[in-house]
Amino acid sequence: MVPQVLFQNRKPDRITTLAEYQAGGGYSALSQVLTRQDPKGLQTLIDEALLLGRGGAAFPMGRKLATVADDAPHPRYLVCNADEMEPGTFKDRVLIHADPHQLIEGMLLAAYAIGADKGLIFIRPEYEGAARILEREIGLAREAGFLGANILGSGVAFDMVVHRSGGRYICGEATAQLNALEGKRPNPRKPPPYPTEKGLWGMPTVTQNVETLCCLPHIVNNGADWFKSLALTSGAAGTKIYQISGKVNRPGCYELPMGIKLSRIIEEYAGGMPAGSTFKACLPGGASTRFMTKDHYDIEMDIDTLRNAGHRLGTAAIMVFDDKTCLVAATVNLITFFARESCGWCTPCREGLPYILDILQRIENGQGQERHIGMLESMARHLWKAYCAFAPGAASPLESLLTYFGDEVRAHITEKKCPFGGREAT
Amino acid sequence: MSIPETLKTEWKCRIQQSDHPRELVVDVLLAIQGQIGYVDDQALREAADWLQVDPLEIEEIATFYTFIYREPVGRYVIHLCDSVICWLGGYDALRNHLCRKLGIALGGTTADGLFTLLPVCCIGYCDRSPAMLINGKVYGPLTEETLDRILSELRVAASDKEL
Ligand SMILES: Cc1cc2nc3c(=O)[nH]c(=O)nc-3n(C[C@H](O)[C@H](O)[C@H](O)COP(=O)(O)O)c2cc1C
Ligand code: SF4
Ligand code: FES
Repeated sequence: MVPQVLFQNRKPDRITTLAEYQAGGGYSALSQVLTRQDPKGLQTLIDEALLLGRGGAAFPMGRKLATVADDAPHPRYLVCNADEMEPGTFKDRVLIHADPHQLIEGMLLAAYAIGADKGLIFIRPEYEGAARILEREIGLAREAGFLGANILGSGVAFDMVVHRSGGRYICGEATAQLNALEGKRPNPRKPPPYPTEKGLWGMPTVTQNVETLCCLPHIVNNGADWFKSLALTSGAAGTKIYQISGKVNRPGCYELPMGIKLSRIIEEYAGGMPAGSTFKACLPGGASTRFMTKDHYDIEMDIDTLRNAGHRLGTAAIMVFDDKTCLVAATVNLITFFARESCGWCTPCREGLPYILDILQRIENGQGQERHIGMLESMARHLWKAYCAFAPGAASPLESLLTYFGDEVRAHITEKKCPFGGREAT
Repeated sequence: MSIPETLKTEWKCRIQQSDHPRELVVDVLLAIQGQIGYVDDQALREAADWLQVDPLEIEEIATFYTFIYREPVGRYVIHLCDSVICWLGGYDALRNHLCRKLGIALGGTTADGLFTLLPVCCIGYCDRSPAMLINGKVYGPLTEETLDRILSELRVAASDKEL
């Protein structure tokens, strides 16, 4: 059994209660920093632990915290990003259902590190169950003295609320989320100013993903070296909640050491592929990452290794496709998602995606022409000119389809039909 | 259907207490929708009035979000996930089955006002794909048989409430 850190209290059918969380050492990290550590020291610890954001962009948390100026005005905000709308991703839901106080304590620690006054958990409507759990448990934490005007008698004040979204993928993007939180149309904002200087309501704001925040109590309790030692690959740190779905026998969430091989995740944890299926490709970290092929089957799944291979770990939502699945059809599905969810703010994305979708659909339906491939390539490049990171994300599956599965795309064109017999998958 | 006075009083009070009333706009729209089923033009103007925001801006927000309905919907809104993992798990066949059983196309509402069928992006339950959400409840993994059972259970639940 590999070390279970974030899932150490996970139970099959219910949450970990406040009493159970405390019995396992919960909230001791909070009292420790309140009595023995200054905010700067905590920032340094997080930096030394090499904690990279788990929401998709893998930005070093310590470095982000350091950009909140010492004399930055108040109120300062901490936003917990629980939007989790990246297709294939469901770890934040599982983390909240498993151990809500781990997140609450993580938020308290992050808040302490930047002197935040208020925390907001931004959550998608599909997770209403998780939202209710959090509201109830935040109330209990407040009663226990962990939240409020004078936390554990330390004089430190911090409180948090749950903010419900109306449901739209772009709201997961940190700056769009600020607009959503302010009750505005949620299009992204272009920095500068960066949110850590002028974010929510124009005040300093740090946004972190649920899983990133959940790591904090453990880093405080066990130290930066311990956190780094959890990873299998050098330079990486921590465990990772890998989510695996698609053509595997046991889809689900698995907490494994960062850097574990893809083949092991599929075979040892996800129960391998269904009988009669063989591995063809996967998206390693959600819909906005690039397809990986058989050549990557043994790759070590950490942020740097994937980056060096020209890929992105994203949210570590591994979606597995077998040899019977048409990847042109799969990409039609992915681009449909992006075209629908585009916030519409900028032209390359709003106009480009429906255009790409139209061409891809023609190819899938056997009406493609050789020149369409060049058109798709140049449209994929245009997406990089868009206003926010949504569109480059959308380009990833498309560009990697053309790069790795160009033969499959061409077969549609030359045979004038889908070699897999149409787009319906089973 | 009109907005109950109690709801209005409750929200006006919450709005007054908020440092930033605007941040409540989605909550207000969802609360109104919870009472009257969807956000009609009257509700839109009402929300704009409570929050002191231009109705056009409220419209901009109401039409932006997937779970705010600007048109009448059935008592049960079926959000069938059509993202990639559910597609891989047989979305097309399930959609066809539902359309046939309900006698409606995607986006339609049954004549008895019971069901609306809408596609939705990945609902974060890919481990239970193919999946759907009906009035906040998640169902999955779905087959044609489980779909039939769920529909008839909801029909029974609806007629029980009528009695
Ligand atoms: C289109 C788009 C959608 C995103 N959705 C999410 C999301 O649902 N959850 C999340 O934590 N981060 C999401 N992100 C990343 C956030 O912008 C941000 O980097 C992250 O929340 C920061 O937290 P972290 O550093 O702890 O990962 C998204 C980014 C983009 C461009
Ligand atoms: S890239 Fe797409 S999602 Fe991002 S601002 Fe432009 S239209 Fe909106
Ligand atoms: S793809 Fe359907 S729930 Fe994720």
